[in-house]
Amino acid sequence: MRPTFSIIFFTVMSGAGYGLWILMALASLLIWPERPPGNGMAEVAWPNLLPCGLAAGFLLVSCGLVSSLGHLGQPQRAWRALSQWRTSWLSREGIAAILTYLPVIGIGSAIFHDGRMPVDAMTGGDPLAALWMSSEMRTVASILLLAGSVATILCTANIYACLKPVRAWHNRHVVAGYLLIGIYSGALVAWALAALPQGQIVDLRVLPVLVAVFAFATALLKHRYWRFIDHDPASSTADATGLGSLGNVRSFEQPHTQENYLTHEMGFRLARKHSRKLRTICLIAGFALPALLALLGLAWPSLSAPAAWLALIGGMSGIFVERWLFFAEAKHTVMLYYGARNAD
Amino acid sequence: MTGLPPPAARKLGLVIDLDTCVGCHACAVACKEWNEGGAFGPLPDQDPYGAEPHGVWFNRVHTYEVQGFGPSSAGSACKLAASAPSQGAPTHPESRPSTGERPVIPDPANAMSVHFPRSCLHCETPACVTVCPTGASYKRAEDGIVLVDEDKCIGCQLCAWACPYGAREFSAKRGVMQKCTLCVDRIYNETLDEADRQPACVMACPTRARHFGDLGDPQSKVSELVAERGGYALMPELGYKPVNRYLPPRPRRAGGTKPETRPAAEPIDTAQMSPLLRWVDRVLSR
Repeated sequence: MRPTFSIIFFTVMSGAGYGLWILMALASLLIWPERPPGNGMAEVAWPNLLPCGLAAGFLLVSCGLVSSLGHLGQPQRAWRALSQWRTSWLSREGIAAILTYLPVIGIGSAIFHDGRMPVDAMTGGDPLAALWMSSEMRTVASILLLAGSVATILCTANIYACLKPVRAWHNRHVVAGYLLIGIYSGALVAWALAALPQGQIVDLRVLPVLVAVFAFATALLKHRYWRFIDHDPASSTADATGLGSLGNVRSFEQPHTQENYLTHEMGFRLARKHSRKLRTICLIAGFALPALLALLGLAWPSLSAPAAWLALIGGMSGIFVERWLFFAEAKHTVMLYYGARNAD
Repeated sequence: MTGLPPPAARKLGLVIDLDTCVGCHACAVACKEWNEGGAFGPLPDQDPYGAEPHGVWFNRVHTYEVQGFGPSSAGSACKLAASAPSQGAPTHPESRPSTGERPVIPDPANAMSVHFPRSCLHCETPACVTVCPTGASYKRAEDGIVLVDEDKCIGCQLCAWACPYGAREFSAKRGVMQKCTLCVDRIYNETLDEADRQPACVMACPTRARHFGDLGDPQSKVSELVAERGGYALMPELGYKPVNRYLPPRPRRAGGTKPETRPAAEPIDTAQMSPLLRWVDRVLSR
């Protein structure tokens, strides 16, 4: 399949954004469940990790979604894509993506309001009563954010996983891969944000640990995925045309002398030629390097900031290569009519 | 709606005879011509008169070389294998080690070219319809024709990815997907003579290799043709239940390319012939 920049950029960026939102939602639920007594503002004050993470996720998700419109032939009609959620994963993805903005906007505006509240406003009376965001509201909004982000990533993955004619997509590794890579890239961004000079982080050694664990898990999954797609069941022009019972079938003449839409869109071969090298680059830059840097950051906390940003750059480059390969290596059944063959 | 309608009794589709198709591309050209001006047109090309024209075709005609597996009797197979050991097997993909019982020695006498028109099969359970996010793609409840509403299509191209038969193409000029309409604007068109209410490709075919009709009705001419000739669906294992059927090439007559054997010479007693005829026989026998 021809790798299209708009789709690769969309899936990588919005994947990272939703992964980041998943972590922010979890952090908001698990790490900061209670307000520290007497210090109501510290946790929500800019530039703490939660508002930073929500804002960065907003940016990543929005850039990704805008980029996905670039793939459309009639982008001004994109709103129509929200109508067929009963059957279409693409439609479900659009709806999930829009709904997930709601808890983010809710939490974000509450943080903005509460964080700007002058301290003396809280000295008289009950300070917590003046805040927009109660613990209950935070819990509900965080659960909605978590559910929306996971649902959107699952919808994105299922757009590809439901396509039977593309074996490299129609398998059980794909959905798990999108979710793992989403959370992994979210962890990379979160760690880099936490390492910012002003990042008021309580104790976020959990982020490099997450990076290392998810790097390992994702690399393992990708390895298994690549082994799966490298062993195509044999299929050929004979199977596609149904002429196999008569003899050996060979494409003798194609319908047109020029490349057409089908061969252009689904006959991309270059990636498979260089797949070994690209997979190695992806594994080293995307997973091994960030994992090592995470361990380095854990061992020497003073090196944490440069390690986190290097890990982000390396990891995201590797994930871009991974996503490019995900599209570019995939074979489409229709190419069997054009003489392609898959051998075991 | 991209939900599929309940299975209907009427299943309009095409039956394509691979035995008589001569690969002239008249169907493809007639299709392009009709649909350029039809209700679902136009079908504009990019760079139509330039070096690299590029555009949507609802019909594309492939040509395949089919080389027979050859005689399975041991003697002639060994002889053929010995005489042409490197020609067939290594270059052909089907020489899989797993199909051990099927001899893979090609018999040149059985080789043939098969012209293979490929178009939308108007599947009963088309994934191109269910993946569509806008509802532009739909299957008609009354006759099973799969269509695209080009005023709703956003051109996301997901339906083209979902179709294993390559039936859908993206018009870069119009920014929407286009596909075979089974000439829905001809087959119900009361301004045409009744005989002309058939898809343009069927009308154009000079060898009558294309037949149009209701494949849901077992009594229809096309259904009888399919039953008689062993018509088959393409890649039924994928589960989309194509409606269109292909009629396989009939077996070729044996001996087409074998060296002709001369009739055995009759015995002649030249002593009984006149000297003139003896001289003629001697001259002609040189």
